[in-house]
Amino acid sequence: MTLADMAPGDTATLEKIDTSDPGVIRLMILGMVEDITVRLENVAIGGDPLEVGFFGSSVSLRKEQARHFKVKRIPASD
Amino acid sequence: MTKVTGVTEVKIPVSGIGIRHKATESIALIGNPNAGKSTLFNRLTGLRQTTANFPGVTVEKHLGTVQLEHSAISLVDLPGIYSLDGISADERIAVDVILGRMEDTHRPSGLLVVIDATHIYQGLYLLEQLLELQLPTMVALTMMDAATANGISIDIEALQAALGGIPVYPVSSISGHGFDELKQGLEHITSIEVPVIPASWPELSKTAQQLALQLGEDWQRIDVIQALLQTHPDLAGKLGEQLGPDTVTNLRSKLFGDAPPAAAEARQRYAWVKNVIAEVQEHTPLYLKMSARLVRWTNRPWPATLLFFAVLMLVFQAVFTWATPLMDVIDGASSSLGHWIVTQMGQNAFSSFLADGVIAGVGSVIIFLPQILILFLFIIILEDTGYLARTSFLMDRVMRSVGLSGQSVIPMLSSFACAVPAIMATRVIPGRKDRIATILAAPFMTCSARLPIYALLIAAFVPNDSVGWMNLQGLVLFGLYLLGILGGLGTALLLKSTALKGPKPRFMLALPEFRTPNLQTVAIKLYDRGRIFLKRAGTVIFTVAIGVWVLAYYPRMDVEQYQSSLTENQATQSQGINAPSAENAQSAAQMSQSWLGRIGRKIEPVFKPLGWDWRVSSAVVAGFPAREVVVAVMGTIYAVGSDADEQSLAEKLRAATWPDGRPIFTLPMVLGLLVFYAWCLQCAATLAIIRRETNSWRWPIFAWTYMTTIGYVGAFVIYQAGSMFL
Repeated sequence: MTLADMAPGDTATLEKIDTSDPGVIRLMILGMVEDITVRLENVAIGGDPLEVGFFGSSVSLRKEQARHFKVKRIPASD
Repeated sequence: MTKVTGVTEVKIPVSGIGIRHKATESIALIGNPNAGKSTLFNRLTGLRQTTANFPGVTVEKHLGTVQLEHSAISLVDLPGIYSLDGISADERIAVDVILGRMEDTHRPSGLLVVIDATHIYQGLYLLEQLLELQLPTMVALTMMDAATANGISIDIEALQAALGGIPVYPVSSISGHGFDELKQGLEHITSIEVPVIPASWPELSKTAQQLALQLGEDWQRIDVIQALLQTHPDLAGKLGEQLGPDTVTNLRSKLFGDAPPAAAEARQRYAWVKNVIAEVQEHTPLYLKMSARLVRWTNRPWPATLLFFAVLMLVFQAVFTWATPLMDVIDGASSSLGHWIVTQMGQNAFSSFLADGVIAGVGSVIIFLPQILILFLFIIILEDTGYLARTSFLMDRVMRSVGLSGQSVIPMLSSFACAVPAIMATRVIPGRKDRIATILAAPFMTCSARLPIYALLIAAFVPNDSVGWMNLQGLVLFGLYLLGILGGLGTALLLKSTALKGPKPRFMLALPEFRTPNLQTVAIKLYDRGRIFLKRAGTVIFTVAIGVWVLAYYPRMDVEQYQSSLTENQATQSQGINAPSAENAQSAAQMSQSWLGRIGRKIEPVFKPLGWDWRVSSAVVAGFPAREVVVAVMGTIYAVGSDADEQSLAEKLRAATWPDGRPIFTLPMVLGLLVFYAWCLQCAATLAIIRRETNSWRWPIFAWTYMTTIGYVGAFVIYQAGSMFL
């Protein structure tokens, strides 16, 4: 499962990042690295771009880059 | 924001300050974008600041003096950045200033790092990179009140310990909490010792330190780091030469494995930051509360789109309705001043110079100050609340349909204020082709200098009626803004599918939180805008107005010519055509044989197909360097060309006729003129900035030719079609 397959409100841990896309590296500099917990906060009209929240920040990215982030969904606690 | 060159100073005495110290040390203020850097800067320096540009680049340099109890320091505000990787132009400049690589700017003797308490994750990452510089460093932890409101508590002592002992000062710019301590700390900033090996990536720090010692004086640790990380290509090449390429390759693979260096650095340092946060912070929300609630609403597709248009409508309504009382005051004052001068001094060249040249010319532009300030007030508030940045998320889809990304939205929206800073703001766009397409689209957006012409023509020719809850004049103005947006998007689409065809642009952006704007910051920015506008009115527009007055006033007609003009006038009157009064006819005859009249009639044929007479044509031609000049020129031409000076410019335009008595400003002609102004590129400053940012003459020449052509064609089609049907 990748970041692009998450539904709004889903929480997940970033498992593995494919660094072949320079855009992905830019996102890593903003803090999207392995082992952090992210939440898919919002999806714009038409399902793209996405907005991801982590550590109180939010970053917007397109699905194309989101596919490079393998995630493990954290099931909702309730 | 039009400060392209030169230094402008703001010096306002601030009461309550006793002894003034002279600044001894220069300290750089650095931090993430939106970390509250400029609010902190304003709070520390008050109004003792100057704005200039870094040499050779169009990035603004804010300098200010901070008065402390026993000394003073000079503070340089640097562009907000996330890392020292130098990917964007802003980052390169910040790095060059801190490293003393920037000409004319002293290497700072210390760093004041601004970290947003609600975003220490990204803040600490930048801080760790900065510690490699080995400069005295201290931290101002801003937004403490927002952190508290979100249930974030930070153990300051534990944080200081994790950072190797560098001082951390929590502050709140709203309440002013913590500023006394921060200022006391600044007094001793240069004696702060930073850890020799920062904790986040000791292997890299140690390797770089050893190499720097081995390579000699030319090399500092940060240079080696930038060479190894390949964030500075020149240094990377130099390091390869000095150590041999194999050694460097080995070092890299030892440090970074097979990942790209920047990715390795992000993994390494953020892993450390994450551990620090776990130690110093009890609760880390994934998302901030106030923001979350607002974002839900502002990002839902339909409510968000409706809200976006509602906001734009509100702005245009406000520009018209709120400003009217103030504009009436300025209008009344300037026309009675002109009238008073003429009655006191009599009709002579000098009184005409003052009344028709200076007051009618410059006054007709200054009258728009209230509207421009209202427009800027909205833009500044939208910017400072974070809404403007949010719209890029909302609009990414729309921009994608014209081949661009949401990253082009902020420059295009800030073009509503002025295209010059907007074009500079395109530097965040990574792809060169996407950047150029945005640069060429931005001048289409209705900038504040178009407002005077729009407002003048709308007030004169669109009835002040209501359509539902909307005001008709506001509605027409909104339509003109839409016309600009269409022009911009159409241009982007055209370029992106032809000359600037390229790969699909990426879109990634850190979105700021919604925030209540800081009053002081808003006030300072608004004051700045007002000052720039008045300065232009006092210099460029003043000069043009005087020049036009001279051309319109001289040479004077002699009596014989006057007589013949009267006979001509009587002839037309006897034909039963609605001719102007005898006095006005004299002024009109004088005007038409003045130098300006002669030049005007030479260029009239070019613009006659658009329904413009020689007066409108010469005003438009005079407006090519700066479009608001057009209003000043019309003000002067119509003041010299009439005797009734109490009339407003709008009334004079309504009364203007062709020699045969037909009105000049008919509906099709006015609509055409508005379309011409919506699309035409009449701004030398924009051309200069396009040249500078694209580094070629090709694009400014293209932009000018293209925009002038479609403006002319648009006005032609509307006038000709309109005249046929109306």
